[in-house]
Amino acid sequence: MLSTIGVSSIEELFSTIPTDLRLKTPLQIPSPLSELELRNHLREISRKNAHGEDWAIFLGAGSYSHYIPSAVSQLLTRGEFLTAYTPYQPEVSQGTLQSIFEYQTLVCEILGMEVANASHYDGSTSMAEAALMALSITKKNKILVARNIHPEYREVLHTYLKNEGAVTQEIPFDETGALDRKIIDSLIDSDTACVIAGYPNFFGVIEDLTDVANKIHTAGGLFITATTEPLSLGLCKSPGEMGADIAVAEGQSFGNPMSFGGPYLGMFATREKYVRSMPGRLVGETVDQSGKRGYVLTLATREQHIRRERASSNICTNVALCALAATITLALWGKDGFEKLSQMNFDRAIDLKTRLGKIKGLRARFSGTHFNEFVVETARPADQILLALQKENILGGLALSRWYPELKNTLLITITEMNTSEQIEKLVSSLERCS
Amino acid sequence: MILQEPLLFELSRKGRSGVSLPKPAGQTHAIPVHLRRSKAARLPEISEPEAIRHFTRLSQWNFSIDTNFYPLGSCTMKHNPRVNEEVARYTGFAHVHPYQPDETVQGCLQLMYELETYLAEIAGMDAVTLQPAAGAQGELTGILMIRAYLESQGNPRKKILIPDSAHGTNPATSSMANYEVVQIRAGKEGRLLASTVAGLMNEDVAALMLTNPNTLGLFESEIRDIADIIHSKGGLIYGDGANMNALMGKARPGDLGVDVLQYNLHKTFTTPHGGGGPGSGPVAVKKFLEPYLPTPRVVADSCQLSAVSHSLDFDRPQSIGRVRTFYGNFGMLVRAYTYIREMGAEGLTRATELAVLNANYLRARLQDTYHLPYEARSLHEVVFSDKKQKEMHVSTLDIAKRLLDYGFHSPTIYFPLVVFGALMIEPTETETKETLDAFCDAMIAIAREAQTAPETVQKAPHKTHLRRLDEAKAAREPRLRYHFR
Repeated sequence: MLSTIGVSSIEELFSTIPTDLRLKTPLQIPSPLSELELRNHLREISRKNAHGEDWAIFLGAGSYSHYIPSAVSQLLTRGEFLTAYTPYQPEVSQGTLQSIFEYQTLVCEILGMEVANASHYDGSTSMAEAALMALSITKKNKILVARNIHPEYREVLHTYLKNEGAVTQEIPFDETGALDRKIIDSLIDSDTACVIAGYPNFFGVIEDLTDVANKIHTAGGLFITATTEPLSLGLCKSPGEMGADIAVAEGQSFGNPMSFGGPYLGMFATREKYVRSMPGRLVGETVDQSGKRGYVLTLATREQHIRRERASSNICTNVALCALAATITLALWGKDGFEKLSQMNFDRAIDLKTRLGKIKGLRARFSGTHFNEFVVETARPADQILLALQKENILGGLALSRWYPELKNTLLITITEMNTSEQIEKLVSSLERCS
Repeated sequence: MILQEPLLFELSRKGRSGVSLPKPAGQTHAIPVHLRRSKAARLPEISEPEAIRHFTRLSQWNFSIDTNFYPLGSCTMKHNPRVNEEVARYTGFAHVHPYQPDETVQGCLQLMYELETYLAEIAGMDAVTLQPAAGAQGELTGILMIRAYLESQGNPRKKILIPDSAHGTNPATSSMANYEVVQIRAGKEGRLLASTVAGLMNEDVAALMLTNPNTLGLFESEIRDIADIIHSKGGLIYGDGANMNALMGKARPGDLGVDVLQYNLHKTFTTPHGGGGPGSGPVAVKKFLEPYLPTPRVVADSCQLSAVSHSLDFDRPQSIGRVRTFYGNFGMLVRAYTYIREMGAEGLTRATELAVLNANYLRARLQDTYHLPYEARSLHEVVFSDKKQKEMHVSTLDIAKRLLDYGFHSPTIYFPLVVFGALMIEPTETETKETLDAFCDAMIAIAREAQTAPETVQKAPHKTHLRRLDEAKAAREPRLRYHFR
C-alpha cells in the first residue's frame, strides 16, 4: 500500500503536521485490555452501582423504570439498524426511514398533534427549542414558564435563552400543585410569545390546561406543553386536545432504560402550519421513479447543512436509535398495552398514596389528580427518612427542598408497573417504622 | 425477496397484542372525566411475531457498516465493537436512576471521571464535560463558554470567524449563541492562511472555529501562527473535533493552540451511529475555561478515609448552567470508555495511522481517475470532485447512486461546499485492503461507464428496490405521518 501511495513509511503520511507540533510521547492512557479482561473490568465497575433489580427504587422525576419487552434489544442490536447512519441515500436506508415515519406517526397520535420530528436530544432540550420556535414564530419577547415544571428543564431553558434577549417569567403553583390561575392572568400580555406548562408537572399533578391555552391564544401567543412521563397519555387528555401549539415530551419511558440519565428521547410535535419553523429532521412519504411508495428526509431547508447560520436549530445527530426503541416498544405494547400500562401506573400510585397517608408522620402534599408520582410531606426531616430507607436497600423518593425551598421535608415518590409487591410492602413497612 | 413492507398501522388488526401483561392487582381507579382522553392514541395492534418480522424486514433494507463499506466523509464510519453493546446493557449501568445518591452510583461516577481524564489526555486539554448530547450541542456548549469567559473579561464581543469549508453546525451554533458569522476563505491550497486571519481579526471577534484537519482532510499547518493572531487580540480558538480520528497519538489540539474542543464519540470512539444517533459530544477545555463548564461536574474526593470516592459537584457559580437534564448520554459514555480501555494508547495511535494510510491508499488509486481539487497531502479523508465526469454529463449524484449498485454506500456528497460536486471519502481504519481495492475498482469502473455508457450511471441505481425517490415532491406536498382512513 505504501508503494502505491509513494511513501516509504506511515510516518511520512503525517508530514504536513509540523514536527514541533507533533506529540513526542505516548498518550498516558492505561494499557489495552483483551475483551475478556475488558468485560471483567466493566462488570466490576457496574457492581459498584445500586440498581433496580436488587434495590427497591421509587424514583421518577424525569426518568422512569418501565417494562421493555424482550424483543426490543434483539431488534435494536441488528447491525443494519445499529450501524447505519443518517439516511442520506434513501434507496439504501428505507429501514431507518420507514421506521422514523412510523415513529413520527406514533408521536402525533400520543401527543394529539399534527406533525412530529424524527427526535430531539431529550425532553429538556425539546422544551428549550420549543421556546425558541415560539419566539421566532410570534416575534414577541416574553416567555412564561410554569415553576412546577422539572427544575432541570427550566435550567436548560435558561441556558438556551440567555442570549436571545427574551424575558422569562415563572408562573407559580397553587396549593393543589396546579398552575396559579390568578397570577397567569396578570402575567400574560401582548408581548407574551408563549406559556409553557408541565403536563403532568414535576409533582406528578395532572390538570386540564385548556383554559390556559385559551388565555394565551387570545393574547396572540402559543401554548406549549412539556411532558416528562408520556405514559400518562394512555389515560389523560392529550396536549393537542387541550390546544397545545407545540407539545414536547421525554420519550425515555418507551423502551429506553434509565441508564443513569441518558441517552434519552426528545419527542417534539407541533401544528402543520408551524412545520417550517420546527427544528430537527423530518421524514416524508414520496414515490420513486416507478411510482413505488418510499420515504425520504425532507424539508431540509430548515436545517443546518442547508441554511447554516439561518437554520432553525444547529441539531444534526439526534437519537434515532432511541426513537426506534420507542417505536418497537409501542408497537409491541400496542393500543391495548399502552392503555393498560397507563391504568396500572395510575392505580398503583393512588393505592400507594392511600396506604402512605395512613402512616403517622406522612401526608399527601398536593390534592391535585396525579399520574404515577406524588408528593408526600414528612414530619421527620425527609433526608433522615431517605437515609433510613437506604440502609434497607430502598430508594424511597426524591427530597424536593433542593429545588423548592418552601417544600421543606417533602418527598416525590414514584411507582410504576416495575415495582414488585415485595418492594411495595418493604417500602410501606419501612416508612411505618421510620416516619 | 421482500419488495414492499406495510406500515405498522397497515398491519394492525383489532384485538392483537404483542405483549402479555400481568393482571392488575389492586383496585381500578377512574381518571376524572375532565382529564380523560377522549380520542385514544391509535397505536398499532400486532402480535410479537408480526412485529419482529416487520422490523427485521425493514432492517434488511438498510446499508450499514455491518453489511457494507460506508465511507461517509467526516462521519468516521468505523466498526462498532459488539463488546460495547454487551457492556452498556449490564444491569449495573442500564437500571440505574440518575437521581440515586452519589454513594449508590460510585461505578457510574468513576467511569465518567476516568473517561474525562482519557479525553483530556487525547486532546491535550485540562478539563472535560460529558454532558452534551451530540457534537452540535458540544459546539453550543463550547461557544457559550467562550461567551461567558469573554463577558467576565468585560466584553463578550460580536463575531465568530468560520472557514467556508466548515460543517453547517458551526455557523448554526454561532447564531444560536447570538454571534454573527464571518466567513473566512481558505487559501488556494485549501488551508487557512494566517495572513487572511490577520486581516479579519480584531477586538470584535470572539473566536475562530476551526476543524483540524479540515473537511478537505488537510492539516491546517498554519495553525500555530493563526492561534497567535487570535490570542494576541484576546480571542479564543474553538476546535471542532469531528476529525480527531486523524490525530490520536500524533498531535493534540491543546498543543496547537485550541482552547476548547468538542468530541463526537459516535465518530472517533465507536459508539454506534444508530441511523442518526444517539451521539455524545463531550467538550474539553484549557484550565482557564474550567469554571464555565456545565453543572454538575464529577469530582474525586480528597478524603481517603471516606467511603465515597467520587461525587457530583453542583457548586459552580461561574458555570454556563446545564445544557440538558442529568449528566450526559451515559450509555454512550460506557461504550466510548470500553473502546478506549480496549485500545489503549497504542491501539488509538494505530487506529489513526491506519485511518490515514487507508485514505491515502484510496487517494493514490483514484487520483488519476477523479479530479483532486487540492494537491496537499490528505490525512484521514480525501475529497474528489466530478469535474472530469461532468464532461460526459455524469454528476457526483449519479456516481453516488451507481456505487449503490456495486454494494457500497456512497461517500458524503456535495460537502464541503468549497468543492463543486464534492465526493468526500473517509474509509476509516477498520477496513481491509481487499475492501478498499474493491471500492476503488468500482469507482474506476463507474468512471469508465461514464465515458462509454453514461446513461448507466445517470439512471442509477438499478439494483435497489427503490430508485431515485422524488425528494422535490416530498417537500412540495409534505406527508409527514400516516393518515388513517
